[in-house]
Parts: sequence; structure tokens; C-alpha cells
Amino acid sequence: MSGTLIQEPPAPGRGPEELKLARRHSRRAGLFDPELLKAAFRQSLVMLRPDIQWKNPVMFVVEVGTGLTLIYTVAKLLGYQSAAGIGYLLALDFWLILTLLFANFASAIAEARGKSQADALRKTRRETPARRLKHYSRNGSGGLEGRGWQVEATSSTGLQSGDIILIETGEVIPSDGEIIEGVASIDESAITGESAPVIREAGGDRSGVTGGTRVLSDWIIVQITASPGTTFLDRMIALVEGAIRQRTPNEIALSLVLAAFTLIFLIVTATLWPLAFNAEQYMSAFTGGPVKSLGTDVPTLVALLVCLIPTTIGALLAAIGIAGMDRALRANILAKSGKAVEVAGDVDTLLLDKTGTITLGNRYATRFVPLGDYSAEQLAYLTALASAADETPEGKSIVSLYHKLNDARRIDSPVRDGSLQVPTNTRFVPFSAQSRMSGVDLPDGRTIRKGAPDAVVYYVKHGRGTIPANLDEQVRAVASKGATPLLVAEGNRLAGMVVLEDVLKPGMRDRFQRLRQMGLRTVMITGDNPLTAAAIATNAGVDDFLAEATPEAKLAYIRKEQAEGKLVAMMGDGTNDAPALAQADVGVAMNSGTQAAKEAGNMVDLDSDPTKLIETVEIGKQLLMTRGALTTFSIANDVAKYFAIVPAMFAGTADKPMLPWLKIVDVMNLHSPTSAILSAVIFNALIIPLLIPIALKGVRYRPIGADALLRRNLLIWGLGGVIAPFVGIKLIDMILVALHLV
Amino acid sequence: MSQFQVWLLPLLILSVTTALAIPLSRYLAWIMDGRYRGPAFLRWIESRLNTGPQSWSQYAIAMLLFNTLMFVFGFVVLSLQRQMPLNPDGKGMLAPTTIFNSVISFLTNTNLQHYSGEQCFSYFSQLFFVCWNMFLSASVGFCGLAAIIRGLRGDKHMGNYYLDMWRVCAYTFLPASLIMGVLLMADGVPLTLQASAKVATVEPGAMGPDANGQVQEKQEIARGPVAAIIPIKHLGTNGGGFFGANSAHPFENPSAWSNFLTVMNFCLFPFALVLMFGRMLKQRRHAWVIFGVMMTMLIIFIGWAVFWDSLRPNPALTAHPAIAGRPAVPALPVDQSLGNLEGKELRFGTSAGPTFAAATTAIACGSVDCAHDSLNPLAGLSPLTGMWLNCIYGGKGVGMINLLLYLIVGVFIAGLMVGRTPEYLSKKVEAREMKLAMLALLVHPIMILMPAGLFAATDLGVKSTNNPGPHGLSEIVYEFSSASANNGSEFGGLNTGWGLNDNPNPAPYSRPWDIATGLVMLFSRFIPVIAPLALAASLAAKKPTPFTVGTMRTDTFTFGCLLFGTIILLGALLFLPVAVLGPVAEHFGPIPFGG
Repeated sequence: MSGTLIQEPPAPGRGPEELKLARRHSRRAGLFDPELLKAAFRQSLVMLRPDIQWKNPVMFVVEVGTGLTLIYTVAKLLGYQSAAGIGYLLALDFWLILTLLFANFASAIAEARGKSQADALRKTRRETPARRLKHYSRNGSGGLEGRGWQVEATSSTGLQSGDIILIETGEVIPSDGEIIEGVASIDESAITGESAPVIREAGGDRSGVTGGTRVLSDWIIVQITASPGTTFLDRMIALVEGAIRQRTPNEIALSLVLAAFTLIFLIVTATLWPLAFNAEQYMSAFTGGPVKSLGTDVPTLVALLVCLIPTTIGALLAAIGIAGMDRALRANILAKSGKAVEVAGDVDTLLLDKTGTITLGNRYATRFVPLGDYSAEQLAYLTALASAADETPEGKSIVSLYHKLNDARRIDSPVRDGSLQVPTNTRFVPFSAQSRMSGVDLPDGRTIRKGAPDAVVYYVKHGRGTIPANLDEQVRAVASKGATPLLVAEGNRLAGMVVLEDVLKPGMRDRFQRLRQMGLRTVMITGDNPLTAAAIATNAGVDDFLAEATPEAKLAYIRKEQAEGKLVAMMGDGTNDAPALAQADVGVAMNSGTQAAKEAGNMVDLDSDPTKLIETVEIGKQLLMTRGALTTFSIANDVAKYFAIVPAMFAGTADKPMLPWLKIVDVMNLHSPTSAILSAVIFNALIIPLLIPIALKGVRYRPIGADALLRRNLLIWGLGGVIAPFVGIKLIDMILVALHLV
Repeated sequence: MSQFQVWLLPLLILSVTTALAIPLSRYLAWIMDGRYRGPAFLRWIESRLNTGPQSWSQYAIAMLLFNTLMFVFGFVVLSLQRQMPLNPDGKGMLAPTTIFNSVISFLTNTNLQHYSGEQCFSYFSQLFFVCWNMFLSASVGFCGLAAIIRGLRGDKHMGNYYLDMWRVCAYTFLPASLIMGVLLMADGVPLTLQASAKVATVEPGAMGPDANGQVQEKQEIARGPVAAIIPIKHLGTNGGGFFGANSAHPFENPSAWSNFLTVMNFCLFPFALVLMFGRMLKQRRHAWVIFGVMMTMLIIFIGWAVFWDSLRPNPALTAHPAIAGRPAVPALPVDQSLGNLEGKELRFGTSAGPTFAAATTAIACGSVDCAHDSLNPLAGLSPLTGMWLNCIYGGKGVGMINLLLYLIVGVFIAGLMVGRTPEYLSKKVEAREMKLAMLALLVHPIMILMPAGLFAATDLGVKSTNNPGPHGLSEIVYEFSSASANNGSEFGGLNTGWGLNDNPNPAPYSRPWDIATGLVMLFSRFIPVIAPLALAASLAAKKPTPFTVGTMRTDTFTFGCLLFGTIILLGALLFLPVAVLGPVAEHFGPIPFGG
């Protein structure tokens, strides 16, 4: 096709994208920021209080055990006889307390990280003056002058829901509300971190304003929608501080399992005392002297218990949950509850708006198709002329396509003609709803029009021009590919067709592929007709589409999916999206959207980035995976601990033997019983801080399918969890020996 | 004996049973789904029994009600043994605690026998207590599994308990027992109501002279309606012997052929039930993965027992170096090339004993054809572990239910690692399910370790065993493991029996043993069946989630490994300290600790 020229899709807005990333990076304070560390350390001491520890059964048992060990240590100092030496007991005390502190520290650091974000937000929540309007009514138009409004000065704390306030240039918006009159550009960087101002206006879907943001230009009348203390910002601070952080259903179920494990191991260790006592009795009879072993030594039994119960996951469970919320926040997604993040990991169907998510949002000219005896160059020139004054993105894209073609043709020529030469005295004919065409009347009398096919055909026929027989067919062919054809006429001669296409966002196809590998179905929502929608859906690689979507249709689609047991996530911004957002299992409202939408969804995306839904799902999956991986690791660790401690408890030492032949079970060949037990306890304690970074960052999610993922994680965390402590305990034992500590 | 011959018997048993289990599973699913339409009189009985579809709680209440009635009935039959007919040898009343223990023991499919059958039970008790209980108690677990399957596949109701009991007894156990009974009788198992035979011994005076020193005492050979009981004893994984010697007695188990039949019989239904699970759920690959995991474990158990018992010498007879201040011990001049022959019935072959021992405990049957007490210490670890796990095929129905508990826990923890909240059979596993699963899982270790600790630390246990030391501990632990696993086999060195009420010489602590094991059997029977029923009902009420590539698959090799690991980590490791103090300490220790 010589006359058909293809234009590359325009590059996506690199600038803002990079900015966003940079901002997020700046929010990502170092994992172990000294300030945070200090606060977390203080907090971990406070958390030793039994009434706080009680909430975590696993760690509470450790605390009680530590208390018991301390009592035995004191008794030993006072002369009580036992199988254990004082140095061993003191070391045990030290490491058990450290285990508790490490566990507390894990939760504290996660909370501190959340708090540091909250503090940043709180700075924007200081009391601000507000001007309340008495008896507001929409009288008159134009400027503020002469409206006769009575203004009453108050402050942000005195504002009630339903109050109407006036905000002018440079003022801080005192509370959340809905613009009822006016347009303003607003700096929302306090909340989103985005420095570029956004436009908010009355009516439509961009009417919501948030307390703490600043009006940069113009004035607006805002109706307050939040009572004091319940504004968006307040709730956000409360959320990140964990004040209303509730344990998620899965977290509750897991803590239940962990508590049950703790109970089982409590029974295992408690019943070991009489069993060891039995052995001591017959060995006493056998050797003829009293035999005491570590098996009836309570501090040693405590050490075994602490090693066996899932302290690793017990210590990190809270941190994993908080970190999940925190990761969402760092991605500028505000989840209203931890549950929402968790559910995101389970989502089966994603409803994605075509515009902004799948396509760049505007149509772009991609091809010139000349008709009759026009050449492609002629057509391009005529169309560009007709669009020279067209400020719409479509118009601009036509001119830019013309330039691109020109540049390509003059690639050898040193001179590049950058601008379109528009003859003087050209009259521009703007688009009107009646004619559904736009164009130019040139000074030489030529008239050029471009517009919707039927309008141009009517125009040409009206001028007694001829219409090619196969025009209809050509137009339909273009439309069926998801593109929009525009016809161009010069006078009563049809010059050709410009093809406008929805340009897919680069990389979306891969992303949908990735989602499919995660087991998610993607559904494109569009207002286009089914023919166009089908074509775009195929191009983009989504699984399904909902064409000519109305709010009711969206809601019905979600209900249909849910009836099949699927969990649905969607993103929306408009008030008419609110029912669907509320119905969806994960409803992400854009921050730029209306208050109604924000209320209905269970997450708010501060960036208002439609692709964020995908990120949300990954954060949810990561949260669940981290929980599973660390639990598996924690339980798998028990194998090595058994093999270290059990022979140590019963074999006895060379001078105080109990069942010395049980040394054969000690596959790690540890130095001595006490060094074996200490090494296991030390490993058990140290593994907690070592895993804090993983708990906070999360285990990486890979879209490789559940089966491969399970295999991979079972190998890393299951098998790894069995092997790692064998290596770790042996190493610690060797170090203890090398340092002459045992 | 060559290596090959040692392994031939277990190989033959496992492969033949698996082959038979496949068609049987099909039949069982067909019966339990109620697709069998019998002749009019059978349908009339069914319609009388069918009280309508039941929810999980109704099903559980019906089960408990039925078992309470069985308890009362059993108590009456045993208490009035002296007054009842069919008592040609004039057996008296049993001790009250023995009655308590035995009634629970047969009610719960345990068949722990704190008495000796031929000495203590009349034919009436054998038929209307033992045989009757064997049919019914075996059906209880079977019905429980059927109800749980219905819950898992999302049926609105769990079925009808009474109808299920009828179907299991009348359409599966009864015909199978008839066939097996005929086969066993053909091999020499007696079926008679005549009193014990009194015969002159071949060697004159072998039983000693009579009171006045003239006539030589005749030998009294116990017999009875043995062939009526033995088939269901094994098909129903009951294991309670007609005779005290159980399946080592020639009237219960006359030949190597009947021994083969016996093992095959008690393996058959547990094997088939796993496959029935897959058929009824339409998850056959999943069921085969479970079957594979169980088979792997069973092979390990049998292999371990046979290796340490038939291919290794008895450590009590070998040389030992000086240890713990004791002088070295020289080896005894015994040819140990056939392995440990103590307590074995050689007419079955040397490896038959350990094979039987490993299988009868993994599969909660409890019938024995060798003295478990005499197994080499490490070989004895195999039956112990089988009972600790109690889910390697396990008892009829309940073994599969126990496995489901491990499976749910495994799915819950590892399922998170695919980045979704855990699902099993496309139902979300949440807090309520985990609460029930953990409750059911907790019972078993508690019921073994707590009483074992109590008895081991006091005279209750220490004075009841003939073998102080690690072997005595093994015996105590074995007794409670057997009770809690509803297995019924014993490490015989423990004196737990009182027997008849007028026994002048009862074991000193038989009363505490009777009561403690009785309670353990009771708790360990019903909690692990009823909690999973509630769990299945809770899953049934949930909306199924669609299957996607993001869903964890339960029919893969990976899943099998996961299940295997879960069972080892959560089931076996709990008992590692006990295993070390018992069999391991015994094996490596010096004489007189067996080692």
C-alpha cells in the first residue's frame, strides 16, 4: 500500500512517569533508618509488658518460659541443685530475652515505618482557617464580586459535614468536600506527592477535593462532606498508624493455627519431663548412683519449647501484615483495610477501563488512505491544512503525522520544513454538532472538510460530487478493526480517508499475558460499540470486553462474575461508578474522582493511575506469599532443632552421662549438650532479625503459574527451612567453641 | 534366606491389594451414592431406616446416639455373660473395669484386649458382643468418611447416618465377610458352638497327672465360632482376636495362605476408601496422589520393619563394647542369619511378622501375627510410628479423615505460597475450618503423651512392666498410642489385664490401665470424626471459587511432596523425643536394655 503510511504510536508521557517513580523512591525510606531503629528499639522494650504480649500467643508462651528460666537462674544462684550450670542458665536467659526483643522489634519497626509516613501526612493536617458561607445560593455568575455572600471566619476543626465554604487562590482547603461551583487548579502534592497541579471543577467526576491540599489559582465553593476527625486525611493517618488496623481473616486463621501448634509443642515438651524422669530412674538403678539429665531441667525444656513453637512466624506475622499495607501506601494506594489488600491477592477478574488503562486515552491519526486520483502526499497536505487550527488531540495528531511523513521523505535533504505553511487569509471552519465536520476555506476558494463519513458523504453529494462505489466497504473495514475513519473532501471531490486509531499503551499486551499467568481474567470496559471494542480487545489481548458499558451494565457484569464465585476488582472515578465500586470485591477509586466513588471503593489510588489495579493485585499476592513462606520456613526449622536438642537432653556429658549412646542421634556432632541447646536457641533468636527485611519487603511474586510457584517456594522455604538450621546451628556451635564460651 | 524372598511377601500383598481395591472402590462409591436398587424387601428396610437427609450436627448426633446404644447393649451383654446362653465352658463375669474397657474398645473399633478371648469370653459374647461390634463400629468410621465426602463436594446434606450404616454393613461388609469366611474355613479355621475339645495328648502325661495322680490330664483345646469373626475382624480393621494369641493362633490363621489373606483383608478397605474418596468427589487424580503418599509411607514402614527385624540380628544377642561403666558383652553363639526370630510364627515366613506388624499399625487394624514386643527395638519403631501418624490408610474411614486434617493444614500453610488465600477443592479454607482441623489434630498427641507421661513417671507404669528401661517405656507409650489410634495391638510385656472378676491374681495396676485407655479410646474416636464433619459442612456451605492457573493444584507430584512433608513435620516429629527415649535408646544401649 503505497498510499498508506503508518505512524508509530506516540511515546507515553515519560516525564510524569519518571517523576512519580522518583517520588516513590524518596518515600521509600531506608529499611533501617537510624531514627526508625531508635523508635522501634524503645517500642520493643515497652512491648515486653505481658498484657501486650498476650495478644500474640506464641510470643506470650516464650515470655512465660523466659520468666520461668529466670526464676530457675535465681534459684540456682541461691544454691538450688540442678543439672544445668549457672553460665548455661545465664546464657539461656540472655538469648530468650533477646528472642522476645527481636520479635517485638520486628513488629515495632514495621509500625514505625508506617508511623513515619503518618507523621509526614500529619504535618499537612494542622488547623487551617476556613471561610464559611451563610445562606449560599447560586445567584449571578462571573466573579466573586457583588454576589453578596456573607462570609464567616472559622477554622478547619469547626467545619461540619454539609457546610459550604469559599476557598481562594493560595489557601489551603480545610477539609474534604465536593466542589459545587467554580474551577481551580489544585496542588495535591501533600497527599499524592505529585508536584504537577490538577484541575478540579464543579460537576462531573473531578469535583472532589481533599483537606490539606492547596488551591493554586481561581476560587471554588466547596460543600464539606466529612465531619471533623473523619476526613480522608484523618482516616489515612489513622490507618497507617495501625490505629484501626484489624487483623485480616487469613491472619486470624493463621494465628489460630500457630496457637494450636504452640499448644501441641507445649504438650510435647511438658510430657518430656516425666518421660525423662522415667529414664533417670532406671539409669540410677542401672549405674547405682543418682542420674540427673537436662531432660528434667525446666530451663532446658523451656529452650526446647521456644525452639519448637513457631516463634519465627509468630514474631513476624504482625510485621508482614503491616508491611503489606505499607507497600500499598508506598505505591500510593490507600487501602481502607488490611483485608482489602489481602482480597486483592485473590482477585480472579479485573475490570479495566479502556481509556487510560489499555489505550493512551485519545485517538491518533495513523494512516492516510487516498481515494480517487489523489496521492497520499496530497491527501496528507489537505488534511493537515484542514486540521491546522484544530486543537483537539485528534487534530494535532493529524498535523504531526503529516510532519512525520514529510520528514521521512526528506531524510536526505539538509533542510527540514518543520511547519505547515498555511496561506494567509485562510478561514477556519470549526467543528459543529450540526455539520459534524471541520475544515478550512482557503483564499483561493478551495474548501477542505474533514469529518464523520456520513457527514462528508452528505457534503459531497450536496455539491454534486461522486462517491466511489466501494467507499462504504472501505469505511466499514476500517471501523471493524477498532479504528475510526474520517473522510476528507476538497470541494465536492472526495480526497480520501484519515484513519484514527486508539493507540494501545506500550507493554500492555505483556502485562495482560502476565496477568493471565497469574490466573487473572482481564475485562475491558468501554463505551465503544461492540465491533470496535472487539477489535481493540483482540489487539490488546484482554480476555473479554464489555462494550457500550453503562454503570448498570458494569454492575450486572460484576454480579454475574461473583455469582460464579469469582472475586472482581475494578477501578473507577465517577459517581456513577460508585455502585459498581461498592459491589466489586476490590474497588479502587481514583483520588481525582468524586467523593461518592472514594466512599464506595475499598481502596483509593492517590496517583489516579488506571494501571494501578495490576499493582494492587501483586501487592496482595506478595502479602499472602510472604506469610505462607515464613510459616513454612518456621515449621521446617523444627527438624534440625529436634536433632540438636533431643540428644543433648538425654545423652548427658562425659562426666554426667545419662544415655550416652544417644549421641548417635546427634547428626550435627555438636560440641556438648549445653552448646547444642544454646546454639539452637541462638539460631532461633537470630533468624528473626535476619528475616525482618524479607517480612517487610515481601517475597517476590512471579507470574509463573501456581504449580511452578508452589514448587519453587516449597524448595526455597520448605526444603531450605529444613537445611538452613542444620548449617546455622552447627556454625553457631563452632563459633561458641572457638570463642571458648562453652 | 535371600533378600528377594524377604521382600516377596510384602510386595505381593501390596500389589494384589491395590489391584483389588480399584474395582472395590468403584463398588463402594456406587453403594454410598445410593445408586444400588436392591430387591423390594431391601428397599423396604432402607425406607424404614432412612430418617431423611441430615445436617452435619444431626448426622453427628445420630452417630453418638447409635454408639451410646451400642455401649449400653455391649455393657449388658458382657455383664450378664454368666447368665447368657451359648456358654458351654461356663465362663464367669469379667472384672467391671475390664468390661468398661472392652465395651469401649469394641465400640471404638480399637479392639484393645485387656483379657484373653478364649479364657474370658463365652460364645454368646463373642458373637453378640465382639462380632456384632466389629460390623457396626467398622461402619461408623466408613459412614463418617462418606458424610465428609458429601460435605467436601458441596452437597446440601451429609446423607442419612442410619441408611449409611445399613448400606455399609449389608452391602459391603456382609458379602465380603461371607466370601472370606468360606475361604478361611477351607483353610482350617473352625466354626462351631461346641465346648472346648478335651483330647488326650500324643505324649502321655504332657499336661501332668490329674488330682489323684492316676489318670493323665487331657489337653483342653479352645475353639468356637472363629470363622464367623475372623473375616470382619480384618475387613473391618478391628483386630480383636478370638484367641489371646490373635492371628498367630493356628485356628485364626492356619497357614501362610491365610496369613496372606489376612493382611490383604485389612488393607483392602482402607486402600479402596481412598480411591472411593476420589470417585465420589470426581477428583480421581487427587485421590491417587493421596494414595501414592500413603503407599510410599507404608512401603517405608514395612521396609524399615523388615530390614531391622529380618535382615539385622537381635541386638540382645550380639557383642557389645563396654559402655557407661559396664564391661563389654560377648556375642552369644546364635546363628542370626535369619534375623530376629523371637516371637515369630515361622509357618508364615520370617518377614511375615514385621510385614504384618508394620501394616496392622499403619492401617489401624491391630490384629497381630507375631509378638510386637519381641521385634528388634528399631523395627518396633515402625508400628509405633504407624500409630502416631494414624493416617497411612489408617482405620476404615478414619484414616482417610485423619489424612484430610493434615492435608487441610498443609494446604492452608503452603497454599498461601501461591499468593492466594488457601483453597481446598475450590473452597476457601478460613478460620473456622482451621479451628476444627486443629482441634481434631490436637487430640491424638495429647491422648498419647499426657497419659504416657503420667504412667511412665509413676508406679502405674513402672510397676506394670516386666522390662524396666527404655523397653518398658516403649511398652507404656505403645499402649496409649494403640488406644489413641484405635488400633488395639499391644507390646505384650505390659501387665494390664484383670480378666475374669474372680481372677485371684490380677495385674496390680489393671484398673487404672483399663480406665485410662478406655477414656483415651473414647476421646480419640469421636472428636476426630465429628470435628471434620463440621469442617466439611462448613466448606460445603461456601461458594466454590473458579479454577484458574493461579489456583494450587492438588493432583500433582508437588502436592504429594507437600502432603508428605506436612505429615512428617506435623505428625511424626512430635514423637521424636519419645522415639529417642524408647526404641532408639534401647537399640543402641547396653544389655539389659535390649541393646
